[in-house]
Amino acid sequence: MNWLWSNLDLVGELMLVHLALSVPAIILSFVVSVPIGWLAHRYRWSRGVLLSICGLLYAIPSLALFIALPAFTGLSLRSPVNLVIALTLYGIAVIVRTSADAFDSVERDIRQSATAVGYSSAGRFWGVELPLAGPVLLSGLRVVIVSTVSLATVGAVIGVQSLGSLFTDGFQRGIQVEIITGIVATIVLALGLDALSVLLGRLLMPWTRRGSRNGRAAAARRIREESA
Amino acid sequence: MNLFLDAFAWLADPANWTGPGSIPQRLAEHLRVSALVLVIASAIALPLGALVGHTGRGREPAVMVSGGLRALPTLGVLTLFGIWIGIGLAAPVIALVILAIPPLLAGAYAGFESVDRRTIDAARAMGMRELQVVGKVELPLGMPIVVGGIRSATLQIIATATLAAYIADEGLGRFIFAGLKTRDYGEMLGGSILVILLALVIDGCFALTQRVVVPAGVRATRTAELRSRPTRSRAVVGRPNTEGNQE
Repeated sequence: MNWLWSNLDLVGELMLVHLALSVPAIILSFVVSVPIGWLAHRYRWSRGVLLSICGLLYAIPSLALFIALPAFTGLSLRSPVNLVIALTLYGIAVIVRTSADAFDSVERDIRQSATAVGYSSAGRFWGVELPLAGPVLLSGLRVVIVSTVSLATVGAVIGVQSLGSLFTDGFQRGIQVEIITGIVATIVLALGLDALSVLLGRLLMPWTRRGSRNGRAAAARRIREESA
Repeated sequence: MNLFLDAFAWLADPANWTGPGSIPQRLAEHLRVSALVLVIASAIALPLGALVGHTGRGREPAVMVSGGLRALPTLGVLTLFGIWIGIGLAAPVIALVILAIPPLLAGAYAGFESVDRRTIDAARAMGMRELQVVGKVELPLGMPIVVGGIRSATLQIIATATLAAYIADEGLGRFIFAGLKTRDYGEMLGGSILVILLALVIDGCFALTQRVVVPAGVRATRTAELRSRPTRSRAVVGRPNTEGNQE
């Protein structure tokens, strides 16, 4: 335990570095995959192609991608930007499917009603489809948050500093506490960001707050009760 | 593009294809460790997941385990077991098994759970015993999802086995770490290309398997559904659950 007390500064600093790596990757992958998911939802023919590409991307082992990416981008292997790009690609691979499902989950009747009351297609996207797809999008985002924070540690073996540096350093010097600290810190960071995203979701989507967590299930139950 | 030339030069070098530590030997090691881990992890997670999905009991803990373990950083688990057990094959195998359990468990319980309760009731009504319900109804119908779980677990194992070369002298990951140490980008990239190809080939095999294991009956209804899709939108036809259900 002595190691922990004398290295608290280091752990705090690495947590910040880790945040600086994973948060941009999480935000970027979310922002990029929402329109891709919408395309996959809107144009049937593109769905298979886009989802297959994401599936292939997801199948690539992380360490191999970290090494192969600089050959395409020309960046240095030890550049944090290289890692952020790789993490973003994985994030996209995870959320695109969820985001296509999210837009699918918006009922056709609702979309037609929105058009009927005079929404333009852009207005309908921002005012109707995106908010209603929100809860499913959030669930995808939560998966990406946890996997990105965990995956960022792998960068340590190619020399990109993060909480993963505690694993490589602890392994080389044989300090068990250092590795355990790294694992706990990574999980704490992942759960913290996850809680933050849930909070943000409640603020932005107040209608999901009360009643059942699943709005669609609640709506279905309501209809069943009415017709009974 | 020079970097790729280096990698292809490394891949084409005959010296890398024979003797100890050559590409075929590393590939065999990689496959052997992955298969071993997959068998052990499946033996633990699949029956457990099937039990959870069949009985519906213990669902919450199963979800928590499969979700919570995802946050576990693979490198951390590997290095921790590395210093606990020491250099050798045992440490990476145990670490890999722990990391492979969540997707297997999730696939198994989701697969068994996905079977329509009415189908299971019908099977019971026809006089099937509990084990027959599991073996003849739930398993075949849930199979595509179970195989999906095995697929993501296998990909995860192959990826983590690459990383496991950091703590053990084993697998294709050795080329990456050897290249990192000597700053030989050709070797690193060559090793990465091999790992990526391996993962993609295995993913392709699983994609085919997933298609093959769909029971013929399910496939038949699926095409029928495609054909009988209403030509008019639902707003005109009416909601299925308000239509015809009223007394």
